[in-house]
Amino acid sequence: MVVIISVAGILIKSWFRPRRGMQTVTLIPGDGIGPEISTAVMKIFEAAKAPIQWEEKNVTAIKGPGGKWIIPPEAKESMDKNKIGLKGPLKTPIAAGHPSMNLLLRKTFDLYANVRPCMSIEGYKTPYTDVDLVTIRENTEGEYSGIEHTIVDGVVQSIKLITEDASRKIAEYAFEYAKNNQRASVTAVHKANIMRMSDGLFLRKCRQVAENYRDIKFTEMYLDTVCLNMVQDPTQFDVLVMPNLYGDILSDLCAGLIGGLGVTPSGNIGANNVAIFESVHGTAPDIAGLDLANPTALLLSAVMMLRHMGMHDYSKKIETACFNTIRDKKVLTGDLGGKSKCSEFTAEICQRVRDMD
Amino acid sequence: ADFFALAPIQWEEKNVTAIKGPGGKWIIPPEAKESMDKNKIGLKGPLKTPIAAGHPSMNLLLRKTFDLYANVRPCMSIEGYKTPYTDVDLVTIRENTEGEYSGIEHTIVDGVVQSIKLITEDASRKIAEYAFEYAKNNQRASVTAVHKANIMRMSDGLFLRKCRQVAENYRDIKFTEMYLDTVCLNMVQDPTQFDVLVMPNLYGDILSDLCAGLIGGLGVTPSGNIGANNVAIFESVHGTAPDIAGLDLANPTALLLSAVMMLRHMGMHDYSKKIETACFNTIRDKKVLTGDLGGKSKCSEFTAEICQRVRDMD
Repeated sequence: MVVIISVAGILIKSWFRPRRGMQTVTLIPGDGIGPEISTAVMKIFEAAKAPIQWEEKNVTAIKGPGGKWIIPPEAKESMDKNKIGLKGPLKTPIAAGHPSMNLLLRKTFDLYANVRPCMSIEGYKTPYTDVDLVTIRENTEGEYSGIEHTIVDGVVQSIKLITEDASRKIAEYAFEYAKNNQRASVTAVHKANIMRMSDGLFLRKCRQVAENYRDIKFTEMYLDTVCLNMVQDPTQFDVLVMPNLYGDILSDLCAGLIGGLGVTPSGNIGANNVAIFESVHGTAPDIAGLDLANPTALLLSAVMMLRHMGMHDYSKKIETACFNTIRDKKVLTGDLGGKSKCSEFTAEICQRVRDMD
Repeated sequence: ADFFALAPIQWEEKNVTAIKGPGGKWIIPPEAKESMDKNKIGLKGPLKTPIAAGHPSMNLLLRKTFDLYANVRPCMSIEGYKTPYTDVDLVTIRENTEGEYSGIEHTIVDGVVQSIKLITEDASRKIAEYAFEYAKNNQRASVTAVHKANIMRMSDGLFLRKCRQVAENYRDIKFTEMYLDTVCLNMVQDPTQFDVLVMPNLYGDILSDLCAGLIGGLGVTPSGNIGANNVAIFESVHGTAPDIAGLDLANPTALLLSAVMMLRHMGMHDYSKKIETACFNTIRDKKVLTGDLGGKSKCSEFTAEICQRVRDMD
């Protein structure tokens, strides 16, 4: 009797404890093409035998106690426990009454840094080759304070807020990222010639943080000069750190250089070591459920996630399989110029991943 | 080139180094102001911004003196001057008096700073009207308002509303709206989808430089500033290049194309076409190019080549 109970106990324990070495990640498939591209990512991770266990959660906003919109407590608990999340596109319902889900997630987990590595993809032709830069955007304040007033009839003011704390935090993240990812330089992007106090404060914090990273080259450049130079020669840029609005613009500009939101990964870093990686394209309702979607953006975001978690071998393996598939141009989804289905593109990457072992 | 194009233009040279006026305020020399007020049209080269001179930027002073509310930059790909793009043909029209450049900032508490962005109904209406008039006078098919009204609902919302209202009076011109980030995302993938773009100050600062980059940079980009009372000042927007000043190495293309823009503004379409064509053909044929365009010619040689082509057109 005692032996049977012990064995039963061991069996029961192993159901609830993750397999040794496995890390659990919260997965938010999202809407539209979200579920199918999430499935694609899970299949590829399985083929790679990556030690990731997925915990699927829904984040449709609900009304919490006190009438405030919140994400479902289940989803929040999962993220707080796992710390790492992967998220597909969420639709922004126009008349649902609640704020954008992305905004809600940002506030819930204090996602203060938005990180987008932009690397040219061989085989996916754009006017540029050799783009290899990272935009790091402060994502909590700046021009997106939401504070606006009508002064008198026909005169409106919008307030841009810059704080010492947020500026220091994002600068620290940028330099740590550069250090952990062997990046040579960090450039602060600003308009302190025009906005002397606000951007001036941002710049000062960047300079102060730079002092603690003598191995990393620190430069400063006006936003308009960055744009002027970026479209002429993006190879001159490495890590770029900036306040909210400039980050909004530059991150999309850079995504355009490598081919658009369908191939661009993105990560959001929050307080308490929470990090949510996500594709930043839309839900594409017109092709949802038709096995036509391109999972590249979500897959590269998942690769970014693996790197963040220190799983460099797995991230390299999966990323290489993805890039080689695109480079060889035999199996490509429609948006990449091919005729293959999402499942075929996924299967091709899975095969390449398996062949690497 | 104008001497040889026989363009009916007489030049009145003026200096605009800031001086202290009565009351201690920095002003441009009265002579220069009178000249502009009389002539209405000006052409300006690069001005240096002295760091410790004590006075504000000359460009800012000019802008305030003549209420230069619209900054206009036509960006057209130059055949022979290779960039990752061909067929760029768009115009950025930037509101140049308000928006994020109000200069109003405060420290709220230690470590918390606010900057004020001002959008007014009047300035928004004025710039929208200019954009549609420009489109009409230059046979442009569409005007796109660039904004972030999803985030800045009131300020950019006001700007957008005025654009929509003005659009109603120009039914022949297609009016669209696009978020600034979407514009940038699309601009670097396919700039041919854009025509006339109108926007508030900061977005204009960024987009006008982005677009200049698409066609090859500030060395080849023309610019015009439209002010109150029909004043218009056309200018090259590159720097003073002190390292090559006086060495006959400079590229006059940006200032020349700005002068071409000026001729168009004055209704002198034949002359503008002639000079522009001579300039573009010189660059296209690649035999006589200044250093920055990839050649070895002097400024005077490049200029002489354009002059010859202009004369040959008669």
